Amino acid sequence: MKTLGVKLGLAAAALAVGLGATPALAEKVKFEFWYGLSGDLGERVQDACKKFNDSQADYEIVCTSQNGYPETVQNAIAAYRAKKHPAVVQVFDGGTLDLMLSGAFVPAKKLMEDNGYKIDWANYFGGIANYYATSKGELYSFPFNSSTAMFYYNVDAFTKAGIEGAPQTWEDVEAAARKLKAAGFSCPLGFSFDTWATVEQFSAIHNQPIATKNNGYDGLDTELVINKTKLVDHLTFFKKMTDEGLFVVKTKQLGMDVVPAFTSETCQMIQSSIADHGTIGKTIKPGAKWDVTMLPVWKGTERQNSLVGGASLWVLNNRPEAEYKGAAAFLNFIAQPDMVEWWSTVTGYIPVTKTGFEAMKANGFYDKPAYKGRDKAIASLTFTPTSANTRGIRLGGFPQIRKEISDAMEGIFFGKLTVQAGLDQAVERGNAILRRFEKTYAGRALN
Amino acid sequence: MAFLASDEEAEPVDLMNKRAVFKSWWLPIAFAMPQLLLIFFFFYWPATSVLTWAFSLEPAFGGVGERLFVGWDNFREVFADTEYWRSVSLSLLFAFGATALSMFIAFVLAICVDRQLKGSGLFRFFYIWPYAIAAPAVGLAFRFIFAPESGLIAVVNTWSPDLWNPAKFGSHAMILVVVCFAWKWIGYNFIFMTAGLQSIPRSLIEASAMDGSGPVRRAFDLQIPLLAPTLFFLLVLNLTESFVGPDTYGIVDLTTEGGPNKSTDVMVYRIVSEAFRGLNYSGAAAQSLVLIALIMLFTFIQFRYVERRVHYK
Repeated sequence: MKTLGVKLGLAAAALAVGLGATPALAEKVKFEFWYGLSGDLGERVQDACKKFNDSQADYEIVCTSQNGYPETVQNAIAAYRAKKHPAVVQVFDGGTLDLMLSGAFVPAKKLMEDNGYKIDWANYFGGIANYYATSKGELYSFPFNSSTAMFYYNVDAFTKAGIEGAPQTWEDVEAAARKLKAAGFSCPLGFSFDTWATVEQFSAIHNQPIATKNNGYDGLDTELVINKTKLVDHLTFFKKMTDEGLFVVKTKQLGMDVVPAFTSETCQMIQSSIADHGTIGKTIKPGAKWDVTMLPVWKGTERQNSLVGGASLWVLNNRPEAEYKGAAAFLNFIAQPDMVEWWSTVTGYIPVTKTGFEAMKANGFYDKPAYKGRDKAIASLTFTPTSANTRGIRLGGFPQIRKEISDAMEGIFFGKLTVQAGLDQAVERGNAILRRFEKTYAGRALN
Repeated sequence: MAFLASDEEAEPVDLMNKRAVFKSWWLPIAFAMPQLLLIFFFFYWPATSVLTWAFSLEPAFGGVGERLFVGWDNFREVFADTEYWRSVSLSLLFAFGATALSMFIAFVLAICVDRQLKGSGLFRFFYIWPYAIAAPAVGLAFRFIFAPESGLIAVVNTWSPDLWNPAKFGSHAMILVVVCFAWKWIGYNFIFMTAGLQSIPRSLIEASAMDGSGPVRRAFDLQIPLLAPTLFFLLVLNLTESFVGPDTYGIVDLTTEGGPNKSTDVMVYRIVSEAFRGLNYSGAAAQSLVLIALIMLFTFIQFRYVERRVHYK
């Protein structure tokens, strides 16, 4: 029923475009791309669009920043409901399931096949592609700007405190924090209540589940389990360190988030995205020595691959057929190794394809001082093949669940909640969100 | 409009005091049409879709026909949620706190300006400015100024740690948003109060001054009673605006984001974040309807019990 409607809609739209296009034959097919990145990164997206427009004469992509990931999803929804939506939209990791169940998109594989592009899907890193693929492995959207969480540390401070090498385990981190404190550093490690590194990535690399049903991949009737995993011990450790003044909370509300805390050399260790590598290099005091390494694990843990973060590109349905040709051309264009390399160089995001990564390695990209260490993000993402716990997190209303968890962390670190009580609270509220999501999408199956 | 005209027609014709009455029924409607259309398109129409969403489970991207009718489920869920009731009481606390603070300060300022103290002309000009600033901008500025570790206020924490920490303590966070809202609305209240005070005959004030009453006594005995209609109007407006207004959302979003641990999760903030961050359109729609009902109740109480004490003439 639905597909028929879609086809009719497409046919009508194609007809309309066909009629409209007759007078001006040479005119390019225009289509829209909405994205969430803003500021410096937003301008790099514009550069990518310009490169595409300059590279061929048939299509013109019009790229518009919606200034924020959640805003992009909201605006795309509003536009879709009004049938004025863009052909391509950038959706952040947390919004993946909303799109998957929306029935409002053209799957990546179908789009490329329909338009005659041969894509080697195996070329995408498994840890990246699986986040945006069905549980059977079929890719629905195109990985675009991808990152993972890393551990940054200030080498100068480490030297001064007599610490050698990068911390590999949380035991190392604790020892380093004590030495830094003893050497007079007031904030050995800064962290915020952002759940991405401390909760999600921690769970992945320690092979701990976030939710049942393989983190939600196998059904909407999934339930959070973060109050029963190693995460409880981990946050208890964070709480203990915080009470001793070794770990320090740094949030926007307090006046300084973790990345500025690191670049101003207030805090000597932080967990943050590899995408901040460029920013840190640009904003930290020139000459300051710092480095990046994989997130630490607890001693005796068999490290697993970390999760991909960032966003992917979705192609929405019910657009004129001609636009899909353009969209496919654009998506093919940005997946070429030289574009992957360019994008990764100017932004700090990691290359999403193996050939892109190989090309960058061969060019000596990672040997350049400014980019040194970025390859460790790839190492982290591809450390092991993905397991049921490290494929991704497929939860409905995930942005809200993240907020519930960070609210609970506020309660734990600032309020009177114990770690267990806080996580129980987050699980209870998070499960309510999951149940509502399950009911809302009762008629739609998760692939 | 139309029924007003017919009301007048029904009155016995007073030849001595002839009034113009619209005889045609369509002309007043035509005049009212632009406004009616605006209200229809920007209030009633959206309100009906809120109504359908509130009684169903609406998927984010739509999908007519698949929408599930769930009756009162969304409301039951809202009412059963303890967090929701906490949010209601936080909203009330916020609304009364912000209204009291902003009206009190505005009144003091208006009285001072009305007394023609030195520089009052200049102040009258400047006091309105905060109202012209968009709430998110105010929120952002306040977040920087009141940031406990790096803001201008950080100095108080060097006297005693955590003397001021809205990121950590819910009560401080509430004070922050209340102050922020009040600061923005003082200017607005001030203008109305100044205008009201200026319409009070000088002779009355002077007479009581000659009888030996000070400014405070005059404020309580003369100015407040005579200003009652203005104060009542501002009270209704401030309470409604702080309870449901966009300024509240903007300020909370930019300063505390509802935290710490939901200590400033007022109803408007909750609704918007559920609808747009959580894409839970149905739950948010149900909450909006409850909010509208609460506002109606609120306003009814004010008119029923407070307005009785207001004398317009």
